[in-house]
Amino acid sequence: MSLHLWIIPLLCFTGFAANLLGGRRWSDRVAGAVGVAFVAAAFGYACWVAAQWSAIPHPYLETHGLWLQAGALSVPFGFQLDQLSLVMLLIVTGVGLLIHIYSLGYMHGEGGFYRFFALLNVFMFFMLTLVLANNYLLMFIGWEGVGFASYMLIGFYFHKDSASRAGMKAFIVNRIGDFGFLIGLFLIFTYFHTFTFTQLFPQVEKLGVEAGWTGPLTLIALLLFVGATGKSAQIPLYVWLPDAMEGPTPVSALIHAATMVTAGVYMVSRSAAIFDRAPDALSVVLAIGALTALWAASIGLLQRDIKKVLAYSTISQLGYMFMACGAAMYGAGVFHLMTHAFFKGLLFLGAGSVIHALHGEQDMWAIRRGSPGGLRKYAPVTFITFLIATCAISGIPFFSGYYSKDLILYDVLTGAHGSVLWWAVGTVAALMTSFYMFRALFVTFFDGGSHADTAAHAPGPHAGHGEPHLPHESPKLMTVPLMILGFLALTGGYIGIGDRFGHFLDPVFATGVPALASHPIAGGELTVSAISVGMALLGLFTAWLFYIKSPALPEKLGRSFHGLYTLIFNKYWIDELYGAAITRPLAAFSRTVLWRGVDVGLIDGAVNGVATLAQDAGEGLRRQASGNIRSYATWVVLGATAILVYFYFGGARV
Amino acid sequence: MGFFNATVVSWMIFLPLAGIPFLLFAKSDRAARWIALAATLVAFLVSLHLPFHFDNAQGGFQFLQQHAWIPAFHIHYLVGVDGLSLWLSVLTTFLSVLGVAVSWKAITKNVTAFFVMLLLLETGMLGVFCSVDLFLFYVFWEITLVPMAFLIGIWGHERRLYAAVKFFLYTMAGSVLMLGSILWLYNLSGTFNFIHIKAALASGALALSPATQLWLFLGFFIAFAIKVPLFPFHTWLPDAHVEAPTAGSVLLAGVLLKMGPYGMLRFNLELFPQAARVCAPWIVALGLIGIIYGALVAFVQPNMKKLVAYSSVSHMGFIIVGVFTFSLIGTQGAIYQMLNHGISTGGLFILVGMLYERRHTFELSEYGGIATVMPIYAAFFVWIVLSSVGLPLLNGFVGEFLIMLGTFTAAVAHAHLYAILAALGVILGALYLLHWTRLTIWGELSNAKNKLLADLDGRELAVLASIALLTLVMGLASPYFLNKTQATTAAAVAAYQPPPVAPALSASLHGARP
Repeated sequence: MSLHLWIIPLLCFTGFAANLLGGRRWSDRVAGAVGVAFVAAAFGYACWVAAQWSAIPHPYLETHGLWLQAGALSVPFGFQLDQLSLVMLLIVTGVGLLIHIYSLGYMHGEGGFYRFFALLNVFMFFMLTLVLANNYLLMFIGWEGVGFASYMLIGFYFHKDSASRAGMKAFIVNRIGDFGFLIGLFLIFTYFHTFTFTQLFPQVEKLGVEAGWTGPLTLIALLLFVGATGKSAQIPLYVWLPDAMEGPTPVSALIHAATMVTAGVYMVSRSAAIFDRAPDALSVVLAIGALTALWAASIGLLQRDIKKVLAYSTISQLGYMFMACGAAMYGAGVFHLMTHAFFKGLLFLGAGSVIHALHGEQDMWAIRRGSPGGLRKYAPVTFITFLIATCAISGIPFFSGYYSKDLILYDVLTGAHGSVLWWAVGTVAALMTSFYMFRALFVTFFDGGSHADTAAHAPGPHAGHGEPHLPHESPKLMTVPLMILGFLALTGGYIGIGDRFGHFLDPVFATGVPALASHPIAGGELTVSAISVGMALLGLFTAWLFYIKSPALPEKLGRSFHGLYTLIFNKYWIDELYGAAITRPLAAFSRTVLWRGVDVGLIDGAVNGVATLAQDAGEGLRRQASGNIRSYATWVVLGATAILVYFYFGGARV
Repeated sequence: MGFFNATVVSWMIFLPLAGIPFLLFAKSDRAARWIALAATLVAFLVSLHLPFHFDNAQGGFQFLQQHAWIPAFHIHYLVGVDGLSLWLSVLTTFLSVLGVAVSWKAITKNVTAFFVMLLLLETGMLGVFCSVDLFLFYVFWEITLVPMAFLIGIWGHERRLYAAVKFFLYTMAGSVLMLGSILWLYNLSGTFNFIHIKAALASGALALSPATQLWLFLGFFIAFAIKVPLFPFHTWLPDAHVEAPTAGSVLLAGVLLKMGPYGMLRFNLELFPQAARVCAPWIVALGLIGIIYGALVAFVQPNMKKLVAYSSVSHMGFIIVGVFTFSLIGTQGAIYQMLNHGISTGGLFILVGMLYERRHTFELSEYGGIATVMPIYAAFFVWIVLSSVGLPLLNGFVGEFLIMLGTFTAAVAHAHLYAILAALGVILGALYLLHWTRLTIWGELSNAKNKLLADLDGRELAVLASIALLTLVMGLASPYFLNKTQATTAAAVAAYQPPPVAPALSASLHGARP
């Protein structure tokens, strides 16, 4: 039977086209309804596809004509459904639908309502193309396309210079990653003459495991991973994601937490056959993932803007997913990808609800000041769901994140490519995660009390209004998605119990490298779990101590460790470093040396010099060098005629 | 239909010219505009006959038509199209229609004369692509020069005379060298017929010493390199573009620049393969410099028309790299990129022109926040910029990707390095184009002069919509276009294919641990 998978992305594209062409003339109500309806249809269709699971071959393939053809290259519009793409399909359409509905409430009354839904729809189109593609090049359409949608949505409030700058930064940094991706694709074609997964991976699976850095599979794997560090915001290309928070909050939830940024994890997992045979590349993935998890978590510790906390948290959590990939335990990475989509999507939507409640305030301390008695009283649904998500991401037992993060840490410790070092790094990052998330929860939702530390901090932009607007709970359109995601963030981990989720994905990741089996440690699972839970509780306790019990403590600590505090508070000055080392020198070099120096000075100088020389070259010649077009033409015609006449009458023939 | 097939190319070439007598009797500017539009539209419709009746399997010229012209010198009127010239002809007729449409309100002085020049230019450009006789080719080549110089020199902006003369002298310098090569070749072969010369060279009936081949090659090459323009012969381009009226820029960037790589493929590669191989590393190096240099210089331009002009230097560099690495995929990509660049960069110049008509300045600092007052314009702006940036599903990606993939897998030395350097241009392309976008349409609408700008009218909407639609169609359905060029391309690069060797795969993969 044919599933007609192409319908799913095309539904979203239709929504985009409808709002692009008609949205300006429609009321917000109609524009929003169109935007949501097409995504709802896509989700419905995806569910129907999932229901056909037992009736289709795995992988299920379909192609619809050619996209590219030249010489030996032939790239079809081809789609593939296997365990991995099914999981991604359901996450993307499901979470996507919830966020679309939420946006109806969140974006209510904002200018450019139809534009927002058109762009969300086109994002869905590209994201679904990415996960359903049956070849790398079609995947690359989605890959670049989500980058475009992200660019447009980060810069949605385009009149703000910071927003349009952030959008551009995201696109450029991603392009740097895509540079690696592209070279990787060229290598794939050089060696295997195809981009289609089902033709490529069987060839790869016949090859042995490579030793050393220069083998073709290792090079390919590393280059693909360069692409992943851009899209999934890993060291050294993570710098665009915090800035991406300039976009409306539902965008941050959908694109910069739940779906697009996980595309790198999806791509690496999809390429398991290649990575499995490139142990050195896996080591790099593991190290970058673990370092990013720790690095971003440490920056998250001191952020004051609630969305920035979540942004660094996302970078850190993506690091965990890459740790799993680096340990060749892709299933655990995809598991965390899923639970993360639930709880981080929820955290962003919750943050959006808070921001909505406080009329645009994002500074957590200003939120605290603006909610006398604690925000949790005014926005109970937001609070409860945010609490669930915080527990989930911190790894509190029985919440979804606990299962997936634990599995990753255990796999990193026991996997064939794992090590104690990276496990320890991941565990410390888990402590930080728990701390910064409960810090965010306590500061945002709990009263600071009369002895609050607020005086020490600069007032937020909205302070000083008095208290005319008390915070309020968000409308149903926003709280219902929160509740659904809350349920998923709570229970989403249970499908991983007994490694059922991993076993479901096994067929995709069984690439025929036997050395990759993990080496379980007797009783290890329990010990690792106990340490993780201990870290989560320690983080919770410290956050409680610092931000509820004795709020003067963090400031004292900050003074004692002033240097470290400044370093982390300024995000290690990485943006400044990139600016000073790359961006500004490049512009200055281009302007002074290339343009003014080479172009205007050297080349044009020489050209004009020759012209002047010719002008001075004598009375007879001067007339012709004066730029009289007609006289030039005459001379050319005369000259040509003379030569022709010469050839005809006197010229030698061959 | 048989008769029409035999003469269709001539109809296409001379229909614009046939509009000129009507123009001379036009009673009003209004009438002149409509006559010009009708002439270009009819030529466009006639040109569409070509792809529909083109035999994809055949690599050589089709729709050939031959008449003796100057028998004393064996000069013939010989025209036809092959895979290489097919789409370039259609591109020319399409952009000429747009050229008339964008001049509708922008040109107010000497309207009749303006459209006379435009139609003469169209005939010249079509003649260049369709000539199969070298002398005829040269005549058409020179014909394009004159109306373009007048378009810049009469209807241009402040420094129009300087720009027109610079354009004319630069191109003329190259043309003279090419004329020398053509006449020398005639002297050696006794014919101007391209097909005969090529056959004679291939069969060995006409044998050229390496030195002769090199000089002939260079004579053609420099003329084409100036036209492309290849670094460092490019400095006429920014001046010409800045001063030219919008229609002039569109046809200059869209079509005239294409005459460069067209000529290289047609003459340099097909006639002088050894010389091409010898010179290729230098040429590719210049192309790569152009890609990166053009992008960086575009990035720092304060004048948006110069920015787009330098972007052309960068984009055309890709085409040169694709042509001179001699791979089938890369050459196909280069041909596609010629079409893409014509449409996308033509579109960018039209976008610039629409702002100029409203504000009479190209300075970036005068703009910002235009999306607030011109949202529809802004949507097209983003769309066409993305096509130029090379976003997959739009046309630009197909060309760039094929060029880079073809280069990477080409059987020439340093192929990987070439492709990697070219790929840097993809990053930089996004940099300067999005930078321009940000400064022009995003941001706050702070300049009071911009607060009342009108959004697109129906005519402007139609122009931009046709471009946007084409970028999408060409991004989605590239096989339709490329299948028509493949036979010609395959024949052209056949001379450059190395003898088959064991695939690289086995060699390097067997080194892997089993």
